[in-house]
Amino acid sequence: MTSEVATGDRANEPGFRADGTWIGAAVSRKEDPRLLTGEARFVDDIHLPRMLHAAFVRSTVASGHITSVDLSRVLEVPGVVAAFTAEDLDLGDITPRLDRPPEEHTETSMPILARDRVRFVGEPVAVVLAEDPYAAEDGIEAADVTYDVTPPVLSEEQALTPGANAVHDEAPGNVLLDVSMFASDGIDDVFAEAPCVVHVRARAGRQNALPLETRGVVAGWDARAQQLLVQTCTQVPHQVRTVLAGSLGMSESTVRVLVPDMGGGFGIKCVVGREEIAVAAAATRAGRPVKWIEDRKDALSASFLAREQRYEARAAFDETGRILGLDVDVLCDMGAYSCYPFTVGIEPLMASSEMPGVYRVPAYRVRGRAIATNKAPTAPYRGVSRPQHVMVMERLVERAARELGLDALEVRRRNLITVFPYTGINNVTYDPGSYLESLNLCERVLADEGWYGTQRSVAEQGRVLGIGYACFNERTGYGSDAFAKRKMQAVPGFDLSEVRMDTSGTVVVTTGTMSHGQSHETTMAQIVADKLGLPVDKVKIQQGDTDRVTYGWGSFGSRSITIGGTAVALAAGNLGGKLLDLGAHLLETRRDNVELADEGVQQRDDHDRRLSYQDIADVAYLRSHLLPKEAEPGLQASASFDGVGDGTFSNAAHGVVVELHRDTGRVEILRYVCVEDCGVAINPQVVDGQARGGIAQGIAGALFEKVTYDENGEPSAASFLDYKVPTACEIPDVAMHHIETPCLFTDNGAKGAGEGGTIGAPAAVLNAVNDALRPAGVELNDTPITPQQVFDALTGALEVAP
Amino acid sequence: MTEPDKVLLTLQVNGTSHEVAVEARRTLADTLRHDLELTGTHVACEHGVCGACTVLVDGDPARSCLMFAPQAEGSDVRTVESLAGDDGTMSDLQCAFSANHGLQCGFCTPGFLMLAEGFLAEHPDADREEIREVVSSNLCRCTGYQTIVDSIQDCAERRRDAKETSA
Repeated sequence: MTSEVATGDRANEPGFRADGTWIGAAVSRKEDPRLLTGEARFVDDIHLPRMLHAAFVRSTVASGHITSVDLSRVLEVPGVVAAFTAEDLDLGDITPRLDRPPEEHTETSMPILARDRVRFVGEPVAVVLAEDPYAAEDGIEAADVTYDVTPPVLSEEQALTPGANAVHDEAPGNVLLDVSMFASDGIDDVFAEAPCVVHVRARAGRQNALPLETRGVVAGWDARAQQLLVQTCTQVPHQVRTVLAGSLGMSESTVRVLVPDMGGGFGIKCVVGREEIAVAAAATRAGRPVKWIEDRKDALSASFLAREQRYEARAAFDETGRILGLDVDVLCDMGAYSCYPFTVGIEPLMASSEMPGVYRVPAYRVRGRAIATNKAPTAPYRGVSRPQHVMVMERLVERAARELGLDALEVRRRNLITVFPYTGINNVTYDPGSYLESLNLCERVLADEGWYGTQRSVAEQGRVLGIGYACFNERTGYGSDAFAKRKMQAVPGFDLSEVRMDTSGTVVVTTGTMSHGQSHETTMAQIVADKLGLPVDKVKIQQGDTDRVTYGWGSFGSRSITIGGTAVALAAGNLGGKLLDLGAHLLETRRDNVELADEGVQQRDDHDRRLSYQDIADVAYLRSHLLPKEAEPGLQASASFDGVGDGTFSNAAHGVVVELHRDTGRVEILRYVCVEDCGVAINPQVVDGQARGGIAQGIAGALFEKVTYDENGEPSAASFLDYKVPTACEIPDVAMHHIETPCLFTDNGAKGAGEGGTIGAPAAVLNAVNDALRPAGVELNDTPITPQQVFDALTGALEVAP
Repeated sequence: MTEPDKVLLTLQVNGTSHEVAVEARRTLADTLRHDLELTGTHVACEHGVCGACTVLVDGDPARSCLMFAPQAEGSDVRTVESLAGDDGTMSDLQCAFSANHGLQCGFCTPGFLMLAEGFLAEHPDADREEIREVVSSNLCRCTGYQTIVDSIQDCAERRRDAKETSA
C-alpha cells in the first residue's frame, strides 16, 4: 500500500525525513505535553464520588498456616468501613497453565487472598476499606492474624533437600517445572574428546523491575453501563479482564478494564495481580468504588520479583576456539507462586530455548528447572532470563579464550552466526541480523577512542581499568507459533487493530498493545500517517480499553512495534484501499489510476483531479446515497497480525570500560558504547531512549540491586534506603550506534527495541570487571558484583576463581 | 478511638491562596494532590528518596512527601502546574525535556522539572557535571538519566545564550 501513497510534496514539513516519510523521523512525542504539565492522569489521580481506599493486611511470616483472622478491632478504627477475608470474598484462584505433562510441570494455584496458608512475607490475607488511605493504614494495624509458623524454604539448597517442607503440597520436592528441551546425541562424547572444556557456575540476584509508579487500581460498579469498571495500571488489560471475570464469576462483557497513563511497568505489570481482583471484589461487596495504591514497601517486598537464577554451565571448544558443545543446568527461584499467564516456565523455558544465542552451537543439552520458595513470586522482567543466560554464555566464551590463549573477541567472531536464515541446534530459525558487524563496530569505536592505550598507560600509574563486551540477540515479536512451541496454554501472539476515519478526515486507530512509557501514541501514529499520507497529529491511537479493543495481549516481549505496529499498518492499509475504491468511483476513473496524497485521493494522470479525505468521508457518512451499490457506509477497516515463524531477532553489541577503585572496591563505568540493530527504527530518538533506559536497568542488576531475606524469610529491604537503585551518578552516558537490518516480515522492517539494553549490560559489565581483575588473577561470575568482592579481589583476599 | 482532629490551613500554592482542613499528619504531597487536586506532583516512595514529589517551597526544591501540610503554611509552594504559561504554552524547561526525550513514562518527570527549576534559578551557570550531580537527587527508571541531564543542560545553555544576546 505504501506505493499508493505519494508524499513528496510534503517533504519540507517539520518531522518529515528528506524522503517525505514519518517512519524514521524523531517526531516529538504526542505524550509529552500532558506528562510535562501535570495534566496526565495516572491511576492515583483518579477520584470517584464515594470512593473508598483499600489497604491489605499482609502476612508477617514467610511460611505457615493461618490459625485465626480477627478483624473486629479493624472495624472499630475511625474511618474504616469494611474489611474482608478470603472467606468473605469467596473468589476463584488464579491458576496459570502449561500444556506439559505432570512429570515436567506441577500446576499450582494462587488464591486472591490467602486462605489457610501463607507462603511469603507480604502475602495478602485481608483487605480493609476506609474513607481515606490514612484510615485504611490505621485499619490494617488493628488486624489480628495468628499463624502456625513452619520453617521457610529460602534457597535452592533448602528447597531441594530431601524431606524439605513443601511450599505447595502438590509439589513435595518444590520443583514446579523440570524440562530438558534439548539433548544432542553423543554430547557426552563431544565433551570427553574436546581439547578445551570450560565451566561456569554463576548466580544472578533477585531483582525488582521497579517502575516508579507502583501498582494500583480503582474499581467500582457502573450502574448505568451495568459493568464493573476497573481502572488499573496494567500492561495486559484483556488478560486482567479475563482472569478477573473468571475469578468473580462474571461474564467478560460485564467487566471493563481501562488503563490510564502508566508510570512504567518493565514486566511487573504484565501479569494479573491478586490485589486488582481483590479490590474489584471488595468494591462490589461494598457497593462503592475502591482505590488501592501499592506503597513502596509492598512494591519492594510483596509485588512480583524476577531474575534469581543459578547456572551450572560448561562448553567444549576446539583448539581454534570453535564451540563444540554446550551443556547447561539452569535453576530459577520462582518464589511462592506461578504467575498468569506466563507461569513458572517463563525463565527456565526462555533460558532453555535461547541460550545458544548468537553463536553456532553444534551440540546442546539443557535442563531448566523452576523451584518454589517462600519469597514473593516472580514475573517477567525486561529481558526475561536473557540478561542472565547471555551473561553466562559470554562468560563461557571469555573463559575459553583465556584457556586457549586467544583473544576473546576473536573467539566470538569464530563462532558468530553470519549466514541467515540460520536454524540453530535449539530448533529456532534466526532471521537476518548483524551480529558480526555490530561487534566489529563496537570494538572499533572503543579502539578509535583510544581506550586500549589508556588502559595500558594508566596501569603504570596503578589504576585498574578493564574493557568488556557482550554480543547477543533478542527474539522480539513472538507470535502464536513461537509461544505454542513452549507449550504455553495462553498463547499471546496476535494483535488486532481497527482504524476509523471521521468526517473531518482524521483517524483513530486501536491497538491491543499497551504503552507504558514506550511512546506508542507517537510511533504508531507515524506508521499510520505514512500509510494514509496524513500528518501525525491527525492520527490518534487508542489503547487500554477492553470495551474499545476486541482483544489484545498487551505489551511485553518487545512485541508492540513488531506485531502491534504491523497490525496498525495493515489496518491503515485496508482503510487506504477503501479510500482508493471510493475515490476512484467518485472521480469516475479506474482504480489503478488513483493514489493517496496530501490527505486525499488524486488521479495519477492528473493531480488536479482529487478529492480530500473530508470529501470522501462526507459521502461515506453523510451522503451515502452516492456510494457505489456494493459499498457499506462509513470509513473503517481492521486487520490482525501474528508473528511469523520463530519471530524476528534484534541484536546488539555492548562495549564497556570500567575503572576499579582500589580504596573502595567501587566499579566506575568510564565509557559505555552500544551498537544496536532493531531493523528499521520508527523513531530513532525513542529507540535510543529504550536502549539507554534498558542499559541502566542492566547495570543496576550487574552492580547494585539485589532482593535479600533474613533467615526467617523477612525481606531485608523495605525502602530505597536498602534497595539500591542507581542514580545519575552511577549510570553513565551511553554512546549509541546503529546498524539497520530490516525485518523481512513486519510491515515496515522494524524489530523490537524494548529489552535489548537490559540484556547486554550485565555481561558487558561483568566481562569488563574481569578484564580489570586479570592482573589480580581473579574472575567473578555472579551478579550483582559488590564493592566488597572487588576490594577483596584487588587486595588478594579472594580465592582465585573459577 | 476518636476521629482525628483536623487543622485549618491557608496554603499559598502557585500564586493562589487555598484554605484546607486536613489532619495534622497529612503530607504536603497528599494535600496538593487530593485536597487541592493538583495531581501533577507524584508520589513514588513516601520516604523522601526518589524525589518524584519534589516541589518548590520558597524557591527551594523540597520532598513534599516528607513535609506535613501544616509545615507549608506561610510558605510559597510551586508545583509542576505552575511551569506552563496561562495559555498552556510550555516553559523553556518543559520544551527542553520534550526535545531531548528527557522523559518516557513521565511519572518521575514533575519531580525532575521542579528540581531543575529550583536549581537553575540559583545556578544558571551550572555545567554538565554539576547538573548530573543534582539530577542524582531523584530516581528515574526509564531514561538512564542521560537525556534528563541533556534536557537541563540544553535549557541552561539556551537561557545563557538568550541573556548574552539581550545584553
